[in-house]
Amino acid sequence: MKAKSAWEIAEGTRDGSISPVETVEALFERIGEHDIEIKAFITTTKKLAIEQAKEIEKKRKAKQKLGRLAGVPIAVKDNICTQGIETTCASKILRGFIPPYDATVVKMLKEEGAIIVGKTNMDEFGMGSTTEFSAFFPTRNPRNTSYVPGGSSGGSAAAVAKELASAALGTDTGGSIRCPSAFCGVVGLKPTYGLVSRYGLIAYANSLEQIGPITRDVRDSSLMLSCIAAHDPMDSTNVGEKKDYTKFRDDVSRLKIGVPKQYFGEGTQKAVSDAIWRALKKLEDEGATIEEVDLKTVEYALASYYIIAMSEASSNLARYDGLRYGFQESSGARNWSTLFSKDRKIGFGFEVKKRIILGTFALSAGYFDAYYLKAQMVRSLIIQDFEKAFKKFDVLIGPTMPTTAFKLGEKTVDPLAMYMSDCDTVPANLAGIPAISIPCGSSNGLPIGMQIMAPSFEEERLLGVAGFCERELA
Amino acid sequence: MRKGVGLIGVDGLGLKIGLEVHCQLTVLNTKLFCSCSSNYRGTEPNTNICEICTGLPGTLPVLNEKAVEAATKIALALNCKIAETANFFRKNYFYPDLPKNFQITQYDKAGGVAIAKEGQIGTSDGSIRIRRIQLEEDPGKLSYEGTIVSSPFALVDYNRAGVALVEIVTEPDLKSPKNAREFLQKLRSILEHIGVCDGSLEGAMRCDANISLFGGKRVEVKNISSFKEVERALNFEITRQKTMAKAAKAEGMETRHWDEVRRVTVTLRVKESEEDYRYFPEPDLVPITISKNYISKVKARMPELPDKRKERFVRDYKVSEEIASVLVGEKQIADFFEACVKSYTAPRLLGSWLAIDIIGYLNRSEKTFADIKFSPNNLAEIAKLVEQKQITDSGAKTIIIKAIEQGKSRFEIGKKEEGAITDEKMVMNAVKMVFGANRKAVEDAKSDPNAINFLMGQVMKATKGRADHSLARKLIQVELLAVQEPSRK
Ligand SMILES: [Zn+2]
Repeated sequence: MKAKSAWEIAEGTRDGSISPVETVEALFERIGEHDIEIKAFITTTKKLAIEQAKEIEKKRKAKQKLGRLAGVPIAVKDNICTQGIETTCASKILRGFIPPYDATVVKMLKEEGAIIVGKTNMDEFGMGSTTEFSAFFPTRNPRNTSYVPGGSSGGSAAAVAKELASAALGTDTGGSIRCPSAFCGVVGLKPTYGLVSRYGLIAYANSLEQIGPITRDVRDSSLMLSCIAAHDPMDSTNVGEKKDYTKFRDDVSRLKIGVPKQYFGEGTQKAVSDAIWRALKKLEDEGATIEEVDLKTVEYALASYYIIAMSEASSNLARYDGLRYGFQESSGARNWSTLFSKDRKIGFGFEVKKRIILGTFALSAGYFDAYYLKAQMVRSLIIQDFEKAFKKFDVLIGPTMPTTAFKLGEKTVDPLAMYMSDCDTVPANLAGIPAISIPCGSSNGLPIGMQIMAPSFEEERLLGVAGFCERELA
Repeated sequence: MRKGVGLIGVDGLGLKIGLEVHCQLTVLNTKLFCSCSSNYRGTEPNTNICEICTGLPGTLPVLNEKAVEAATKIALALNCKIAETANFFRKNYFYPDLPKNFQITQYDKAGGVAIAKEGQIGTSDGSIRIRRIQLEEDPGKLSYEGTIVSSPFALVDYNRAGVALVEIVTEPDLKSPKNAREFLQKLRSILEHIGVCDGSLEGAMRCDANISLFGGKRVEVKNISSFKEVERALNFEITRQKTMAKAAKAEGMETRHWDEVRRVTVTLRVKESEEDYRYFPEPDLVPITISKNYISKVKARMPELPDKRKERFVRDYKVSEEIASVLVGEKQIADFFEACVKSYTAPRLLGSWLAIDIIGYLNRSEKTFADIKFSPNNLAEIAKLVEQKQITDSGAKTIIIKAIEQGKSRFEIGKKEEGAITDEKMVMNAVKMVFGANRKAVEDAKSDPNAINFLMGQVMKATKGRADHSLARKLIQVELLAVQEPSRK
């Protein structure tokens, strides 16, 4: 039997046909059964979840108004702060860090009646595309456990795919929502930069990342987005507004679709491009127009992305010195610099250290102009390229990932290949535009993800196209 | 060519002094990027903090808009060019007083634009150019056991972390240590007049000084707590660098620490080159836009500044330039002066008391204006007594200083030791008046000692009992002799 969607659970909870306590109890039974193998969660919060469920039940019996996510079990990526629940970014250096506050999105989800069931595994600080760079353990792809779930929000995508949560929050810096969604066969939405508050998201690369939903269908995605997109005065870069995204229209009959030729370049598996083109044909059959578009600057996106992300990361991660919270190597250091050097040496994983060093280098005097400033210039050109394309097209469509999921261990030996696999996702982060990954067939039992990109703040259009494809491609 | 700038100037030393002054915006209720109180003074360590100012993971800064207004006021007061769009940068360095191990500040390179630049402040030794003024967050505070060098540990208090600072950077235009002190005093008065920084609060205004001699490398002196200390530290550095030059020892670029107790500077760190702070734009904040309209609104609310106030004092109260300068050197003093004059119009007398006697005493005794407990009304009353010749000027000063010394809010007049008129001229005036009105008694006194006592009583009555007894008796004798002399002829 197909598990109920978030939408159905919320509806059922509100009309009393579903007991939130029973839902949560059944869910934890599933987690107990399957998470030993999948390892999607770093922390589960059964006790808190049942308390929350009981609270909702009480409210319903008292005929109080219930929220749009009443009784919906939601998993939260472990780089989003949850008050009273350990939040580690899958890093040893944050072991024991219990935030004294909720991220704005978590607060909003709770207000809508969502039940937080746990914190999901990820690549340490979001640095990776496989969830193998978690300091604790790798997560496995529920479709085939010899494969990675993708990353960095691998735990969230795997939890949703394995029905260990009805929906999840992920974060996307260079594809971290879309990549695992594609690999696990679920729906992942990276909203427009500034639509969803970043307050409480532990920063990897501030100017690129957004929190977004990972769900099993497009309607749930729209429901989740409606609950987390709003203006937050705590985030100066936030320009979001409350809006009901569930009212999207899946009419594609006059849709103008651009297909960036760079998204089908070398390294794209044939099975992947075939699947996307099949879907594009379906859209064409429905009356949409399809045209290839040349986004030349996208070829420089990866280089630009990694320089900006690592530069910002080198500064963001400076605060982890073992002095105030999280991990501290207790064997008495004699002075401040020995203390923090030691804590950082032990506390950070290899991939994180590598990116901190590269970022530090890129920001150094004498290199700043050649790297950081140039990367920002490339970024402006990419933004212009997308703006130009969107004058002509309503949406751009391509694969989310050039390939299906990797085998566990396959990319850890070849970091450059792992970086390269982000080539289709990073342009949206650089441009700040919304992008969604939806399931689009499979190859050898491994899901393929189709990526739809739209102009900034056109999430409704994005969801409409996604909704159509979901219906027609199923 | 400016005096003392660029060339081997003052005393052939090629002296270059520049200052970086950090001023806390004490007018704000909250810190620069969070809603913690900006008044951390007197709080238990690490109680005036929140997740934002301690840089907890996931938190974001939100700019306190009032800080922009305060900085705009400062920019206007210092005749700076205000940026249309300014932005924040991160200055990256590891130090335990920085909760994020970077400081959110402003920068003027790599696309950075500080809130204002290119202003000036006039001093008695020429105009001092302001390079830029920028907004930034204050770090926390470190405490050591003993000195920074010998302490086995450091304690960190983040109560101050995140308090709004305006950093004011001068060009190396200052001519001498004395000139540096004057500049700082003037800056403080300006900030107090526009009401953004209360310089009397401990740590509200802090200063680093850059100094070089003979075209040598720049030495930065940190940890200077007061304006007086700035002058001392700079004088010490000049002597030290001169000695080094004589010994033909090359000076490297370095940062030195002013040891207030021993009154010497000690090496903190030698810099091989400019420290690399890896500045880059703060991605969590959006640029600040300062419209022309906004500026004119702020301008319309600007209060009178010290220079204008000084002109007005000279014009309206007829006090001298020198006195007026001293009065406006501290807003509190200027305000006190005006309140006195409002209560009793004796500006020249009151001005000179305040500018010369009271401030002179405060400086000598290491007291501040805050130690004065009497009101402007009280002081005006004393001035009235002097103008009505009921007490002497020097008597009045004695009373005033004593009141400051004892922290009294009221003056004690009439008690012999304070109220006694010892001024010979004043007592003589009274004696002459009494002699004129009591000719018979004067005649009698020539032979009758009792009549002298009568005259004595009359003099005391005329001076409301406050003439110095022995002086009065002496002067009566003198006057008796004087009136007898001609009759002998
Ligand atoms: Zn705070």
